[in-house]
Amino acid sequence: MATPTREAYGRALAKFGHDKDFFVLDADLAKATQTIFFKNEFPERFFDMGISEGDMMTTAAGMATCGKKVFASTFAIFAAGRAYEQVRNSIAYPNLPVVIGATHGGVMIGEDGASHQAIEDISLMRTIPNMTVVVPADAISTTQIVEQAIDFKTPLYIRTGRGASSDIYNEADKITIGKGNVLKDGKDLTIIAIGDLVYEALQAAEQLEQQGVSAAVIDMHTVKPIDRDLVCEYAKKTHKIITAEDHSIIGGLGSAVAEILAETGDATLKRLGVNDTFGKSGTRSELQEYFKLNVKGILELAK
Amino acid sequence: MNANEIRKQIIEGIYAAKSGHPGGSLSIADIMSVLFFEEMNVDPKNPKDPNRDRFVLSKGHAAPALYAALALKGYFDVEDIKTLRKTESFLQGHPCLNKIPGVDMSTGSLGQGLSAANGMAICGKYDKKDYRVYVICGDGEIQEGQIWEAAMTSAHYKLDNLTLFVDINGLQIDGPTTEVMNVANVANKFDAFGWNTIEIDGHNDAEIRAAIAKAKAHKGQPTAIIAQTIKGKGVSFMENQLGFHGAAPNDEQYKMAIKELGGN
Repeated sequence: MATPTREAYGRALAKFGHDKDFFVLDADLAKATQTIFFKNEFPERFFDMGISEGDMMTTAAGMATCGKKVFASTFAIFAAGRAYEQVRNSIAYPNLPVVIGATHGGVMIGEDGASHQAIEDISLMRTIPNMTVVVPADAISTTQIVEQAIDFKTPLYIRTGRGASSDIYNEADKITIGKGNVLKDGKDLTIIAIGDLVYEALQAAEQLEQQGVSAAVIDMHTVKPIDRDLVCEYAKKTHKIITAEDHSIIGGLGSAVAEILAETGDATLKRLGVNDTFGKSGTRSELQEYFKLNVKGILELAK
Repeated sequence: MNANEIRKQIIEGIYAAKSGHPGGSLSIADIMSVLFFEEMNVDPKNPKDPNRDRFVLSKGHAAPALYAALALKGYFDVEDIKTLRKTESFLQGHPCLNKIPGVDMSTGSLGQGLSAANGMAICGKYDKKDYRVYVICGDGEIQEGQIWEAAMTSAHYKLDNLTLFVDINGLQIDGPTTEVMNVANVANKFDAFGWNTIEIDGHNDAEIRAAIAKAKAHKGQPTAIIAQTIKGKGVSFMENQLGFHGAAPNDEQYKMAIKELGGN
């Protein structure tokens, strides 16, 4: 099965909206961010802010000062980019528990091209004090993250994707904000991945296994605060780490892991991501191939 | 509360801090006085009362005026004002929600306060509470595009529980607003955005009171009170002086200012 994580986000809002009292805001993208599922069920708790992301973020902050839980949704490029300073000064500085539901992260969103492909959003959000940054890998983990987001007490950025993400987890699995999930153990190499690259990492690890290389795979869905203990454990255990993400290699997961390894020196690191260049139009699979955000790209770094 | 008491504390704070923004703090002192000491339903003993009226100082650099009103109202010790902008103080250079009792929203980055106030006003309507939300923004501030995004939102959601004061003191850092970026016909602009608008002399208490009463009675639209003011009002050598937008008085100026305001 494969489901877009944005769809899981929208459906989760509608699902949990029955028992929990929260608002959802959108900036004229409800059909794309999939908050429409919530809007259809709870129109009195859905507020369309029009095409004005900065206004939406600060309005969400104002609601939060009145004790309301708010999910503010738009594309990642606008949430983290256009509205960066509103997120920083109106949400993060006052430490208000607004959830920023940022969909359409990364170059793998495809045809819309570079203007809509956020490859800096994790970097931008990670650098803001008080902000937690989560990038779920599939529908089940997205649903669990949204459920935890409802009671989250501080600012939270959730980045989801556009295309269908292959299932990684079963309903019984537990995904907890702040704790990385070891999906496969290994002793020669560790692949730490987020979002759609988690599935690619699992496929790559299988192929490596056939070549006699024992590769661990970690879903590091919470990029900030990163599960440092887990990174350190696998750095000591395998001495070789590859990070994989649909994001610039500057400032995202790769940088977060590099910051730890630079201090501990326990492992070498190679980063797979968008190599300091803008994205482009194309189908998802073409772009995955072009940017090597796939099994092939991981295997090349594993050599 | 005599607005001059607020003005005195503005001068005390900025003089002690040796930095800050006297001009735009002094220009809103009369509005602050009417709001905090006559109009707003707020209780310093219960600063987070869910039913309280809200106040957002969108022009956050006028923080000394807000701190003066809060201190005189009893939220904290008036003596604390002399710690303004100091490392060990809770009185940050710009209003900070989490550090200062009575501050309803962190501000300072211009253009954001009206959006936050909209959020509060929407919550008030949703929760069926009858609190009102007051915002003050500057005339230079309305050059920020977000003010007009927010102005659309206030009107779209018919936030008649929200009142915005626009402090038209005519000066901004680089010069007169007419020269830097002309904001002229402010009332017409808000009218075009679907607001109820009222134009007043922002230093006339009776006009301020009457405008607030009209705003409260007006249904279906937010109200913008366009207040003509004098930057630096109340301290003769600061009035209409661009140099006192963001500069503290020296020792001599401090003494003169306090004397003019009826202090010792």
